[in-house]
Amino acid sequence: MWIYLLKRIGLAAIIVVIAVSMLFTMIHMVPGDPLSVLLGPRATPELKAALAERMGLDKPFAVQLVTFFLNVLRGDLGIDVFSERSVAIIVFEQLPFTMVLIIFAITWSVALGIPLGCYSAIHRNSFLDKLTGIFSVGTIAVPSFVVAIYSLLIFAVALKWLPAIGAGKEGNLLSQLEHLVLPALAVGLGWVGYIARLVRASMLEVLGENHIRTARAFGLPERSIIYSYALRLAILPTVALLGVGIGNMLSGAVFAEIVFARPGIGKLIYDAVITRNYPVVMGSVIVTTVLFVICTTIADLVAAALDPRIRENL
Amino acid sequence: MPTEKRVPKLTAAPGFRTLFIPLFRDPLALIGLILVALIVFSAVLAPHIVPYDPNKLNVHYRLQAPSGDHLLGTDQLGRDVFSRTIMGSRIALKVALISISIASALGLLLGLLAGYGPKWLDNLLIVFFDTVRSFPTVMFALAVVTLLGPSLETVILIVIVTSIPVYARMVRTQAQSMKNNEFILAERAMGAGTPRILWFHMLPNVVGPLLIIASMDIPVVVTIEAGLSFLGLGVRPPTPSWGTILNDGYSFIRNTPWLVIAGGAPLILTTLGFTFLGEALRDIFDPKLRKVM
Repeated sequence: MWIYLLKRIGLAAIIVVIAVSMLFTMIHMVPGDPLSVLLGPRATPELKAALAERMGLDKPFAVQLVTFFLNVLRGDLGIDVFSERSVAIIVFEQLPFTMVLIIFAITWSVALGIPLGCYSAIHRNSFLDKLTGIFSVGTIAVPSFVVAIYSLLIFAVALKWLPAIGAGKEGNLLSQLEHLVLPALAVGLGWVGYIARLVRASMLEVLGENHIRTARAFGLPERSIIYSYALRLAILPTVALLGVGIGNMLSGAVFAEIVFARPGIGKLIYDAVITRNYPVVMGSVIVTTVLFVICTTIADLVAAALDPRIRENL
Repeated sequence: MPTEKRVPKLTAAPGFRTLFIPLFRDPLALIGLILVALIVFSAVLAPHIVPYDPNKLNVHYRLQAPSGDHLLGTDQLGRDVFSRTIMGSRIALKVALISISIASALGLLLGLLAGYGPKWLDNLLIVFFDTVRSFPTVMFALAVVTLLGPSLETVILIVIVTSIPVYARMVRTQAQSMKNNEFILAERAMGAGTPRILWFHMLPNVVGPLLIIASMDIPVVVTIEAGLSFLGLGVRPPTPSWGTILNDGYSFIRNTPWLVIAGGAPLILTTLGFTFLGEALRDIFDPKLRKVM
């Protein structure tokens, strides 16, 4: 396990290094003056001169790349051109909003998806199982931003049940929760179907195994067989999937934050793209990518800790 | 078990009986088939179907509700939304077809190289695939759009770059498991070169599953195009795309619900149609793939 742990973390580190290098190279491959590319069209000459000196643009590309890495390692993601604040601070100010949204979305999709999947597996081929099947495929297929816009239209504009935009008043927990409902619905809906489907498939597999038959032979109540014996194993693929899920939800959160005008990293990066604020775009992409790599790595490690067979595949 | 009887054996090439009879028996597959047929039909015949020029302005009839003249109403510039929706299917399918064909061809090549080639090349390619997959898709797309500027070509490029690793990884797994099969070893013992083995023996065996996975990606690609266009970072206006119609509708969501409904409905129908059909086809041709996805 320790060897796997080291190897997997090493791989994650390599991936992050290559990913950041790719982003850095991409900016430098764009034709034109790298200063105006980095700072955007509205940069002042003083800012350009300061950046040129800081980045050492007269030095060879390799030296620049290493300098960039050292800066990123120290938590220095550059300076926002417009507000002249540190990009790292701006990004980490917005990150909690997105994390709260994603955690809410995961929680409700797991809370609904797992029971649905269990029910479908136990009552295989029943009417509700088939309905869950159709619901799952449907929710996985439909784009989350369409769900976001439609739920905005139905619940906020037409029915006026829930607030349409913003993240709620600061300090007012109830208002903040109210503002979370629709975005979390949009981000999590596809995952309800995905998780239900996955739990159903792995539950059916587990229910056919010997130790479940033994538990039945001992006369244990069906409920305790399902929830304390079978579910424990059937939940493994879901754990592994949630790591990847965070990355998808980050993408979904971009749309949810824009549609509901919520603060967060998605809104931040979108506004930065529109104003061509390159340092903020780069900073947010780097932070979210590192976050995603950490999540997939943790998910892989948890899966490997639970199932020794996975460890041999790296 | 009754469900397994419906899956035909894979010994013969799929003909009418093996393909269509199971399709017609499964109501979801049938719905998928009808939806896909409808969308492809309207994309191909779009110029003949549309009642109005999709870009013709008519400021006297702005934001109209649906009526006999305008089946889905008009937008904020008085353009006929029904015509724009029908024309939008062309952009969606065009992006999907072009980018998925290029991505699967490149993925096939890289996957075969990784699976059949030397170990160091395999390791190198795998790290590359994992790196590209480590960017959250939309974040990566936004970064690329910032650098290259929004256009149809940028959307296609983004889809190609982000899909190659998925296809290549699948081809690699298949090539690896086939590498030491007896028929490949026998070919090599008879003196067949690497190109011959790859082209005549590996390729036919990996192309089937690749095609299924690639066709199931159509809804994903349609979503990416519409999503970027919705953000104003994909197809440039006035070209009609479902994403730009949604964007217009979002701006006027408090004035009229019809624009949003008209932009979202074809997206829902398209993604559902291709997903239902794709899942049914996968189960008919290659039930083993169910576990991969």
